[in-house]
Amino acid sequence: MAKQLMKGNEAIGEAAITAGCRHFFGYPITPQNELPQYMSRRMPQVDGVFLQAESEVSAINMVYGAAGAGARVMTSSSSPGISLKQEGISYIAGAELPCVIVNIIRGGPGLGGIQPAQSDYLQATKGGGHGDYRLIVFGPASVQEMVDMTMEAFDIADYYRAPVLILGDGVLGQMMEPVEFNKPKSRELKPKDWATTGAAGRGPNIINSLAMQPEKLEEHNWRLQEKYKQIKENEQRFELYNCDDAELVLVAYGTTSRIVKSAVNQLREHGIKAGLLRPISLWPFPEKAFAQLPDSVKAFLAVEMSAGQMVEDVRLTVNGARPVEFFGRTGGMIPSPTEIIEKAKAVLGGDR
Amino acid sequence: MKKVFDRPQAMTEKQMHYCPGCTHGIIHRLLAEAIDELNVREKTIGVAPVGCAVLAYEYFNCDMQQAAHGRAPAVATGIKRTNPDNVVFTYQGDGDLASIGCAEIVHAAARGEKISTIFVNNAIYGMTGGQMAPTTLVGQTTTTSPYGRDSSHVGYPIQVSEMLATLQGAVYVARVSVHDVPHILKAKKAIKKALEIQIKGLGFSIVEVLSTCPTNWGKTPLDSLEWLQQNMLEYYPLGEYRTPEEGK
Ligand SMILES: Cc1ncc(C[n+]2csc(CCOP(=O)(O)OP(=O)(O)O)c2C)c(N)n1
Ligand code: SF4
Repeated sequence: MAKQLMKGNEAIGEAAITAGCRHFFGYPITPQNELPQYMSRRMPQVDGVFLQAESEVSAINMVYGAAGAGARVMTSSSSPGISLKQEGISYIAGAELPCVIVNIIRGGPGLGGIQPAQSDYLQATKGGGHGDYRLIVFGPASVQEMVDMTMEAFDIADYYRAPVLILGDGVLGQMMEPVEFNKPKSRELKPKDWATTGAAGRGPNIINSLAMQPEKLEEHNWRLQEKYKQIKENEQRFELYNCDDAELVLVAYGTTSRIVKSAVNQLREHGIKAGLLRPISLWPFPEKAFAQLPDSVKAFLAVEMSAGQMVEDVRLTVNGARPVEFFGRTGGMIPSPTEIIEKAKAVLGGDR
Repeated sequence: MKKVFDRPQAMTEKQMHYCPGCTHGIIHRLLAEAIDELNVREKTIGVAPVGCAVLAYEYFNCDMQQAAHGRAPAVATGIKRTNPDNVVFTYQGDGDLASIGCAEIVHAAARGEKISTIFVNNAIYGMTGGQMAPTTLVGQTTTTSPYGRDSSHVGYPIQVSEMLATLQGAVYVARVSVHDVPHILKAKKAIKKALEIQIKGLGFSIVEVLSTCPTNWGKTPLDSLEWLQQNMLEYYPLGEYRTPEEGK
C-alpha cells in the first residue's frame, strides 16, 4: 500500500477503522480534536457509529455499553478528559471488557495547558481509577507506530478482554508523517459469546463488576492479577538503540525518545558511549529490556516531559544496581538535545 | 385446576433482596410482564443502576449490564448503538437518575435515544441508608435532612417527568404510581407503552413510577402506601406528560 501523509490524530482514527472498529464515542478537548472529527466524517462511510457524548463520563460509559454488547469500540481524550473517564475505565477493567482508549496528553495538573506532556504516565500505568486493576499501555513514538499499535490494540484488547490505552502527546497527535496501513497478523480470537446480544436460545449474559461477597471479589481480583501476569510475560515491548557497549543508558518513551535519540547520536560523536532504552509498552514496563543490557552500563538517565514519573519504574527495575538520574521538562516544555547532552555529561562526570 | 397467576418468563426464580413492603418488586414484575406480553425477552438487554436495584440483573431473565451510579442511560446508548434491533431498558432510582446521572438522562432523552427508562421515584436514597434525594419533598426528614428538607437551603425537588417532557427527543413521558391495584394496572400499561414506542423506533421513552421505601421512611408497608398517596401525588401528579401523538 502506498504511503500517505497524515496527522497523528487522524491516522489513529483510520487505523481503528482498518482494525474493524465501528463505534466511537468522544467529547472534544485539545489537542486530540482531529480524532473525533475524523471519526465523525469516516464512520458513516463505513456504516459505523460516531457519537459525540455530553461529557467524557458519558462517553466512556457508552464505550462500556458497546463493548459489553460485543462491539469493537474506541474513545479518545486528553488529560482532564481522561481523569473524568477513570470511573468508567475502572468499571470496564472490572467487568473485563475490551476497548481501546487514546490519551493525547497535555500539560497539567488541573486545566493546565494544551501543549504536549508526559505527565499522565503514573495515572495511566498505576491505575488512575479505583481498585486493583491495570491497563495495557502503549507509548508510540511516531505516527506510523500510532497506526500499528492502534490496529494491534484492538486484537490485544479482545484477546485478554481488557482495555488498552494508547498514550501519546500533543506533538504526536498534531504532527504529520508518512504512514501506511498494513493490517497486523491477527491473533486467534475467541467468539464473544459473553456479550449482551439478547438471550435467544441461551441463558442470560451479564456484564458486571459487582461482587458483594468479599470471598468472591477477592477471587475475581486474583483472577485479574493472573491475567495481568500473563500480559506481563507476553506483551513487553521495547527498543534498544546503541546499547551494546553503552556506559550511559538514557531511558525515554514517545516524543521524548526521538529527541533523546538525536542526543545519543551527538554524544556518540563526542566519544561518549550513550545508548537509548525506549519502553514501547509502558505497562507492562519492559523489565526484559534491562536484563539485556551489557555490564558496561554505569548509570541510567530517565528523560521525560514530566517532573519525573517513569523514572520510578526505572528505579524499581534497576533496583539499586546502578545510579538512576532524571531530567525532565514540564508544563508543555519540550527538552532540547543540548540540555539532555549536558545532563548526560554531568551524570557520567559525577560517576567518574 | 386452571393456573391464573404465574411467574413471568422474563423473571428468574431468584428470591429478591428488597425489604418487606418495598414496591421495587412490584415494578420489576410489571416490567417483566410487559416484556413477556410483547414477546421480546430474547432480544431485551437491561441496564441495572446503582441503588437498591443494583442486583436487578439477577432478577430479569434476559441479558443485563450493570452500570456505574447514574450512567445507565449512557451504557444503554452504547448497547443500543451496537445492537439497534435489541430492546434496551434502564431501571434507575431517583438518586441514580436525578442526581449523579442527571446529565446522562437529559442527554439520552434529548438525543431521542431509542431506549426505555423505568424511573423509580421513592423520594429518598434507599440503598445508602435514607439520605436526601433530589426528589425528597420539602419538609421531608431524611438522614441528611434531619430537620426536614429546607427549600431555602437546598432548593426544591426535581420534577423529572415535567422536565424531560420539554425535550423533543423524549417521545413518551409518563408518571404512574404503584400504591394500589388500579394504579398498578395503569403503571403496567404505561411501561408496556414505553417498550412499544421503543420497538416502533419512535425515540426515548420514560416511565416515572412513584414507589415506597418503608425502611428509610420509617413506616410500615401499609403506612408507606398511605404516605405516598397523601404526600407524593400532589407534588408529582400522575399522567402522560408527552406521548408520540403530541410529539408530532
Ligand atoms: C459514584 C458513586 N457515588 C455514590 C455511590 C453510593 N450509592 C449507592 S446507592 C446510592 C443512592 C441510590 O439511591 P436511588 O437511586 O434513589 O435508589 P434506591 O436505593 O432508593 O432504590 C448511592 C449514593 C456509588 N455507588 N457510586
Ligand atoms: S431500602 Fe427502601 S428502596 Fe431499598 S429495598 Fe428497602 S424499602 Fe426498598
